[in-house]
Amino acid sequence: MIDLIGHIFIIIGLCFDIFGCIGLVRLPDVYNRLQASTKSVTLGTCGIMFGVFLIEGFNPSGIKAMLVAIFLLLTSPTAAHALARAAYNSGIKLWHKSSVDYYKESKEFKE
Amino acid sequence: MKNIRWLIGTLSIILGVVIIVTSEMPLMNKYLIVILFAGFLVLYRLIKGPTAADRSVAVDVLGILVIGICALLAIFTHKSWYMDIAIAWALQSFIGVLALAKYLEGRNFDD
Repeated sequence: MIDLIGHIFIIIGLCFDIFGCIGLVRLPDVYNRLQASTKSVTLGTCGIMFGVFLIEGFNPSGIKAMLVAIFLLLTSPTAAHALARAAYNSGIKLWHKSSVDYYKESKEFKE
Repeated sequence: MKNIRWLIGTLSIILGVVIIVTSEMPLMNKYLIVILFAGFLVLYRLIKGPTAADRSVAVDVLGILVIGICALLAIFTHKSWYMDIAIAWALQSFIGVLALAKYLEGRNFDD
């Protein structure tokens, strides 16, 4: 029974992975691609890790899987934030249909 | 034109799901085929991407996908050291993406 629940978690994680990568190919802009891909691929890999933990139980392998999942949840948004900020500061324009740019407004407000 | 492209994409996703579910492969191959297809989509973005930030995003997502592959190999081959590879890959990927972000922003590495 618990094996079945683990495999269901793994399949949900694979779905998140594949849709995130389709978003990475399909969307028009650096920021949109970052928004779509990084979050959903992180959640998908965390789903795979949780499924591995449910299948393995409290082995060393399962505990390492939970460790990797917690580490990914902590670090991957940090990396995405750093990438978005670096892309903005290196002068990449927004997509021409993008409507708001709060980062630029806050920068002008500071100055 | 846009509706036709959406229809083709949706039909190809449904066809792929049906082919993978009804085929006679072992379970590990089914999971790995899905995650490797996602990896090929990421490689397309890595080659095609117009700016350097796109390629950085693709490297980040590819690292997270490889962690998922390591976890799947760990449960199906019963080798515990694949999870060690996953932990090491997560750490190295995070550090590498932060270094790429600093390089894109044009700052020094010891800033």
